[in-house]
Amino acid sequence: MSTDSTQPLKARGVSVALDGRPVLRQVDLDVSAGEFVALLGANGSGKSTFVRAATGLVPMSNGTVELFGTPLDRFHDRHRLGYVPQRSRAVAGVPATVHEVVMSGRLAHRRLFGWSTKADAAAVDAAISRVGLPDRHRSSLSELSGGQQQRVLIARALASQAELLIMDEPTAGVDHDNQESLAELLGGLVHEGTSVLLVAHELGPLRPLIDRAIVLHAGEVAYEGPCEGLVGEDHAHVHAHTGQPPIPEGLTGEGVWR
Amino acid sequence: MTEMLSYEFMQRALIAAVFTGLAAPAIGTFLVQRRLALLGDGIGHVALTGVALGLLTGIAPVLTAVAVAIVGAVVIELLRMFGRTSGDVALAILFYGGLSGGVLLTNLAGESAASLNTYLFGSITTVSDGDLKIVAILAVLVISLAVGLSPQLFAVCQDEEHARVSGVPVRVYSILIAVLAAVTITVAMRTVGLLLVSALMVVPVAASQQLTRSFRTTHAAAMAIGLVAALGGVVSSYEINTQPGPTIVMLALAVFAVAALFGAATRRVRSRRHPVDFGRGDI
Repeated sequence: MSTDSTQPLKARGVSVALDGRPVLRQVDLDVSAGEFVALLGANGSGKSTFVRAATGLVPMSNGTVELFGTPLDRFHDRHRLGYVPQRSRAVAGVPATVHEVVMSGRLAHRRLFGWSTKADAAAVDAAISRVGLPDRHRSSLSELSGGQQQRVLIARALASQAELLIMDEPTAGVDHDNQESLAELLGGLVHEGTSVLLVAHELGPLRPLIDRAIVLHAGEVAYEGPCEGLVGEDHAHVHAHTGQPPIPEGLTGEGVWR
Repeated sequence: MTEMLSYEFMQRALIAAVFTGLAAPAIGTFLVQRRLALLGDGIGHVALTGVALGLLTGIAPVLTAVAVAIVGAVVIELLRMFGRTSGDVALAILFYGGLSGGVLLTNLAGESAASLNTYLFGSITTVSDGDLKIVAILAVLVISLAVGLSPQLFAVCQDEEHARVSGVPVRVYSILIAVLAAVTITVAMRTVGLLLVSALMVVPVAASQQLTRSFRTTHAAAMAIGLVAALGGVVSSYEINTQPGPTIVMLALAVFAVAALFGAATRRVRSRRHPVDFGRGDI
């Protein structure tokens, strides 16, 4: 395997079994520098599991993942990786402000028992402004709407100066207006060179931004190709006419069928 | 007041109260943040087995309690990480195992379960100089680690998975939190007792977050409330002739009740003054 230190994500033959049940089978997935890749699929197709395996949260039974050319278990430049988990996990048992949550994204840059530096504060301020919440620094996370909480989690990833954002269903439960501002934000970030791997059930306003879509079905890659092939809503369901596996409706043959 | 301060046992009780009142919420805040508020209670029950082990072997019960509590805390964390037991079932097993183990070992030691009483509900007025030294050292350790490492502990307790992906050694910090909780419990054992120790870790935090928005203020205010409750509890227990442990906890609960009422009132006033602005996307 060639080692390309500029390629944010290179996954080969990733297989994951949870409780002995295979969830992912031999998944290959690349994210190139500056690319916006969407990972689609129905509930239970394994798309979230792939993201969790690629970030080291669940162990792989087979396969390799390289982040910026370094195998996952030897990858220590963690600040280059910005993980944006599902928003339902955002609020903990004790109040925390937007500033505090975003500051926790700076840990990779901070020393033990040290105060936060001016550089930390500047990065946090910039990240909060970048996601459009400059007047909500001192707000408690629980006072914000779902879409705003999602933006805080993105800001936390940006505060570490992440080059690859891995986002798990950022659009779930977010209303259309907030999805549009999320699309605007991500569009700007990609334009500036950030790479994105985004897991979604449906794309909505994000659709024009996607460089490449990958559809998982039952733990395997069912389709890989440009997003233009995705017409209609992106819900996965059985395609009665072709007998193809449940994949987003309206996929054309532009991409590669597996 | 001056009469009370002239007694050496009261001086020691007040010093022990200062350490306990600060240390318990210092680590308790992280347990609440992690939604593991009852973990302290579970470790407290395990520490009871440790106390009984001390009575049985003739080793100082504080030392056996701290050792057994640490082992118990680490086992819980390992069960949470690798086991298939859900958190609440693991806690329930600890509650029952710790309590029955404690009473059983005490019986085997030839003592009545009544001798466990001073550990169950605390006996702050019988704290010796030696006890006080151990309490002081352990409490200073807990407070300095809980405050000094708060950025790391905050990140782990706020979002464990994000912390793991960011390269924070989450397992090390999780075990550290459990161990600090275990040490705090042994510190607080003589003050509020093992059955009520969790209250001093959780109630001040619950009280302070009625009024706060940030983690840092919640943490600091919880320690202040813990300090006030512990000192106030010891003084009032002297005045009204009650056991210090339950008095401290009742005082903390009273602070919580006032804070909850005040917090609800201010939130109501605030929401009247600043009705939710739909146009700004506040919903």
